[in-house]
Amino acid sequence: MGYERLTRYIIRRLLWMIPVVLGVTFIVMLLLELTPGDPARQLLGHFATEEQIEQAREEMGLNRPLITRYFDYLYGVTKGDLGVSYFTKGNVWDDIMVRFPYTLLIVTISMFIAICTGIPIGVYAATHQYTWKDNASIVASLFCVSMPNFWFALILVNIFAIKLGWVPSLGVETWKGWILPSVALSIGYSATLARQTRSSMLEQIRQDYVTTARAKGQTERVVIYKHALKNALIPIITIVGSVFGASLGGAVIAETIFAIPGLGSYTLSALTSRDYPVVQGSVLYFAVMYSVILLLVDIVYSMVDPRIRSQFVGTKKRSKKEKKQRSEVLSQ
Amino acid sequence: MESNVLLEVKDLKVEYHTDETVVHAVNGVSLTLREGETLGLVGETGAGKTTIARTILGILPKPQGHVTQGEIIFEGRNLLELSEKEMRKIRGGKIAMIFQDPMTALNPIERVGDQITEAIRLHNKISHAEAVLRSMDMLEMVGIPKERYPEFPHQFSGGMKQRVVIAMALACNPKLLLADEPTTALDVTIQAQVLALMRDLTKRLGTSVILITHDLGVVASTCQSVAVAYAGEIVEYGTVYHIFNNPLHPYTKGLFDSLPDLDVSKKRLKPIRGMMPDPTNLPEGCTFCERCDYAMEICARKKPAVYEPEQGHTVRCFLAERRVTDGAFAGSAASEKVL
Amino acid sequence: MKSKKRSRLGETWHRLKKNKAAVIGLVVVIIVLLVAIFAPLLAPYPYDQQDLSNVYAKPSREHLLGTDKFGRDNLSRLIWGSRNSLIMGLGCVALGTLFGITVGSIAGYFGGRVDIVIMRIMDVFSCVPMLLMCVVIAAILGPSIQNAILAIAISTTPSCARLIRANILTVRDKEFVEAAKAIDAKSPHIILRHILPNAIAPTIVATTMNIGNSIISGATLSFIGLGAQPPLAEWGAMLSEGRNYMRQHMELVLYPGICIMITVLAFNLLGDGLRDALDPRLKN
Repeated sequence: MGYERLTRYIIRRLLWMIPVVLGVTFIVMLLLELTPGDPARQLLGHFATEEQIEQAREEMGLNRPLITRYFDYLYGVTKGDLGVSYFTKGNVWDDIMVRFPYTLLIVTISMFIAICTGIPIGVYAATHQYTWKDNASIVASLFCVSMPNFWFALILVNIFAIKLGWVPSLGVETWKGWILPSVALSIGYSATLARQTRSSMLEQIRQDYVTTARAKGQTERVVIYKHALKNALIPIITIVGSVFGASLGGAVIAETIFAIPGLGSYTLSALTSRDYPVVQGSVLYFAVMYSVILLLVDIVYSMVDPRIRSQFVGTKKRSKKEKKQRSEVLSQ
Repeated sequence: MESNVLLEVKDLKVEYHTDETVVHAVNGVSLTLREGETLGLVGETGAGKTTIARTILGILPKPQGHVTQGEIIFEGRNLLELSEKEMRKIRGGKIAMIFQDPMTALNPIERVGDQITEAIRLHNKISHAEAVLRSMDMLEMVGIPKERYPEFPHQFSGGMKQRVVIAMALACNPKLLLADEPTTALDVTIQAQVLALMRDLTKRLGTSVILITHDLGVVASTCQSVAVAYAGEIVEYGTVYHIFNNPLHPYTKGLFDSLPDLDVSKKRLKPIRGMMPDPTNLPEGCTFCERCDYAMEICARKKPAVYEPEQGHTVRCFLAERRVTDGAFAGSAASEKVL
Repeated sequence: MKSKKRSRLGETWHRLKKNKAAVIGLVVVIIVLLVAIFAPLLAPYPYDQQDLSNVYAKPSREHLLGTDKFGRDNLSRLIWGSRNSLIMGLGCVALGTLFGITVGSIAGYFGGRVDIVIMRIMDVFSCVPMLLMCVVIAAILGPSIQNAILAIAISTTPSCARLIRANILTVRDKEFVEAAKAIDAKSPHIILRHILPNAIAPTIVATTMNIGNSIISGATLSFIGLGAQPPLAEWGAMLSEGRNYMRQHMELVLYPGICIMITVLAFNLLGDGLRDALDPRLKN
């Protein structure tokens, strides 16, 4: 119908994404190369002889130059092969596929909590500006943002798992195990969303079109929720996207604290044991996920805002009659 | 034939309370408006004109805006005493307002036609389809093809947006239209068109208009009566002939004198010296005293009362009281030129 | 009519003073800074002095906040911890801002190919979630405070660089820069005298807010074993140690956490206040 420009934009973004994302793997590989720590040595342990280590290095291909290794790796990636873990000898891609759903689930649940609490609080604060409720919510958000979320997690564990025993303190075998990690992860983002929503709403409320709506005789409720809020939520879409991305990072910590077998904890343990292929594969996967989320957010944003949508959607062809009408109208 | 009085503002005083100070925006303003009449409310920025309009419509910013005194009698009722619910029925229905900047006056994510329909449905119990038809009629009335109903504001130029705003304001056939500098933000050529449109429509519909402007040319071409505002007061008030032929207040005279004159070659423009007084710290006597070339000793001490030298022409000025009989002020060259 | 003649700095200070929350923030920040600087004088005991006969002691006159699992005085460790936590927070921000300003200035001022290449490299660093980037860099470089600071600085560079670059782009094309070029001023001179001063205000606000985040990032890295190493006292590392004994000795988790929270909150309040003071238009 008229989506060619949008499709071209998406394709262009995806093409740009590829070198950037792959650049990450190069940097990781470079860093791993430059810093001390020999995976072969780590693998074989303290008591291995030099010959054994050297042999292991040959087997793992660690003696080849960096560039060769890098392009081999890239070649593998294009075929969907991310290599094999140094330690488990399992396929990295398979491991990622098993673990990523856990990460995705915790991130999604906490984003859901953050959106459902943060945005309404922000709207409430904005509509009650100059009252104590607004000030209270600002202070509360600042508190939540200033608190390390892993500390908050520990406190939650102490109260709800240890003292009250309502939920387990570790692990996610039952559904109850998901509650604490999600809440802990969501607290900071909820506060951020509340603050951003509040300032976006305040920005909209003082716009002329809001006064126009009031001057039409519209009720205050409709003016705020139909006119101002809809406009205010548009920039919040972008914020939700970046918060989603940030929570991917925060998931690493949450998974470690709560012993969730997700991609974050996998990456962390691979880092400490210098399991190069796992580290590269996970980082690559995170990068792709993050970039895709940002792209999706941008697409939603441009679809929702009619000012931007008209740049992407719509036919160029107009009938002769339409063209004549347009030129008449525009010359007025 | 004298038409009926539609709106009477009596001794209105409005303040804004901020964190630090109290701004005295309107200090004892009285106005009368008849049916079908167009009143020009002239003055510099900060004179209180917008505040007067917003007070009439009841959309002062909360919680800063406070009406401390006065009455606004519209169709026999004091608007200041009505409940919010009753005011909402009047807003957009009986009294409408259009604002200065058309670029931001429309909701950017709502279709233009729908915004007019919203206004119509707020004051008329008709179906959505019926309201849409009426909106399309309004669009045609302001010179926009009705096919453009589903378009968004960013697809219109500034002048066209202002037409939409006018359509929205007049959609429910209000008795009173408050127009706050409706053409100031537009190109000069578009200004003339929009003004002509407004004049035409309000005449057709019999709408009374309070036209806020700082442009005396606009006043001359569009208004029947004029109120000159300064520092929250109406310093001179009368028909357009009174004000242009016989301006009595030194400020009014100064406004005319500062207009550039194409026919006379002058080296420099003649602005009024000084600035308007600080509204948080108004002087005791006449508010114009400091800038006035004719200031007398009494001007700094006492506030001049409203004085009516001719029928329908009022002024607040001690000098005018003393000299109008001498005819010393009769006719300044600039004002005659404008007419 | 009174008209106070104040310089821009004076105006900003005046507005800041009126914001009570910001003043509280400033006071707390100063207190924490002083505690960190004078830690050796203030702390009753060295941070690593063990007393295995007196582990998990309750608060007493000798140990105002009790002792930890090695008998080390909690209060002293908290005081010394302020030093390390602040070093991490301030160090990351200083280094990150330095990198960011340099990279952003070059990209913004020279534009063209230089700009594109630099920004693509920045994209590479920011296409991974920030915390993950920190963790990866810190883990690869090796666990220590310095490496953690470097890691966090590197991962905050892209956003700082973008901010500076955007500011420079808006200012670069303004007329007064053209005027400076017209009188043949040299490029670095233009950047320093004209462009940077205008970009300063938003940078100050962003930097102050970043300090809070960096302190938390530093504590996070230490918590997972990548930042401050034992026996160094650092609030995040103390949380990590306290975690294992949370059931019986929750206070070891509470104390360092509260310290972090108060410090970060103070910096955030100050940052908010600075933003409102530097440009009151942004407030309402």
